[in-house]
Amino acid sequence: MAFRAPFETREIVRQIYLIGWRSLPLVAMSGVAIGVVLSMHTRATMERFGAEALIPAALAIALITETGPLMTGLLISGRVGAGIGAELGGMRVTEQIDALESLAVDSFHYLAVTRILACMIAMPILTAAMNFSGLIGGFLAETMASDVSLKLYFRQAFAAIGFSDYIPPTLKTVVFGFIIGTVSSYLGYTTTGGSEGIGRASTRSVVLSSMILIAVNVLLVRMIMVLFQKGAT
Amino acid sequence: MTATDHAIRFENVTKAFEKRPVLDGVSFEVQRGEACCIMGRSGTGKSVTLKLLLGLLKPDVGRIYVNNVQIDGMDSSGLVEVRKAIGFLFQYSALFDSLSVGENVAFPLRRHSQMAEAKIAECVRERLAAVGLEGEIDKMPLDLSGGMRKRVGLARALAMKPSILLVDEPSSGLDPITTREIDNLLTDLKTSSKTTMVVVTHDVPSARRIGDKVIILHERHVIAQGTPGELDRNPNEIVQQFMKSGEEVDHAIQR
Repeated sequence: MAFRAPFETREIVRQIYLIGWRSLPLVAMSGVAIGVVLSMHTRATMERFGAEALIPAALAIALITETGPLMTGLLISGRVGAGIGAELGGMRVTEQIDALESLAVDSFHYLAVTRILACMIAMPILTAAMNFSGLIGGFLAETMASDVSLKLYFRQAFAAIGFSDYIPPTLKTVVFGFIIGTVSSYLGYTTTGGSEGIGRASTRSVVLSSMILIAVNVLLVRMIMVLFQKGAT
Repeated sequence: MTATDHAIRFENVTKAFEKRPVLDGVSFEVQRGEACCIMGRSGTGKSVTLKLLLGLLKPDVGRIYVNNVQIDGMDSSGLVEVRKAIGFLFQYSALFDSLSVGENVAFPLRRHSQMAEAKIAECVRERLAAVGLEGEIDKMPLDLSGGMRKRVGLARALAMKPSILLVDEPSSGLDPITTREIDNLLTDLKTSSKTTMVVVTHDVPSARRIGDKVIILHERHVIAQGTPGELDRNPNEIVQQFMKSGEEVDHAIQR
């Protein structure tokens, strides 16, 4: 990848806004819904063993180690992957990429590298938002079944999880961002065949980046378990 | 004039796509300040010729010189320097959808000049005024008509005051009156700034108005080149078909 001057700072910031900030409502809403559902399922199981006090901790572990990063990756793959594939595909078909080259601009550097970097920067931040909104969702579900306070809920949630548990799964989303940005930029950048080609690039961006992301996640989980000596995580 | 005084030189250029030849041994030259129109039937490699001149495509065989620099085989960093001296008006304008009219014209200035923003804004207004679109600076490309988009494309292509302007089908998709307006902009440019131009067109009246020289491509080869007057006297049947095909349209517009 061409990490060299000009560094296109303005375009990277614009892409972080489009990819990150604009995805925040989707990620936050999904996080709350996932938190509610996970909390309800966890309660149903924990009640059998009389371990209701462990519900916040179980939810936090599930969200932070796996559900949060993977769900954020898949959501961003759908929203952003399709967007990048269609946008660059449209620019290719309407000769806007040739126009960039004619204006003495390295189009790959300007269009693809900036989007890949923006995805890599936005993904950990969006994952943190997903985790936080998931815990809020879990708390909302819990308030319907018990009288737990917000303070106690979060204290219980983080009792079983440390900063070192949080870092590796969140950092793996940088790899997810790289996959989404690279796959969708490549498919958009190399689009051929008019509007049909744009649709194909958009669809394939989502399908291919989701599939690669899921497969790579298996490897990354294993790597994290080996490197950080975690059992189930 | 020596051989190195040409703004553009094609030497025996051959180009094929998936074994389908498009250009075969094409040679021509364009002198500095000259306006050269390339005509030919659809699919005869006219637009490919422009893309070869810009280095967007590489020839299979032959040499291409732009401002005395051989550009075939040049790497992308070398081509960046060559392209700074060239403006390109695309067939469908190829304006950046996400940028306003003003930002489109400012784009090359922001990339390649050291101008302050105030100076860039002044240049953008100047370029847009030259194409009669000063009042449209804040509009988005999708809000413009085909003719207006073409004029914005011309303003963007001329933003860096290039020594060479490449124009792909300036009349494509435009009515005859708007076509005449674009032609007038190009002829004014030729007169005022002595910019070297290569214009690909199907439109014979346009070629007569703009071109100091006309090249006719047919079945992968250059079959004739010369002034419009010389081509009028060329006995080749295909050349005659081309040169006479636009006369009725031209007379109708003049009436």
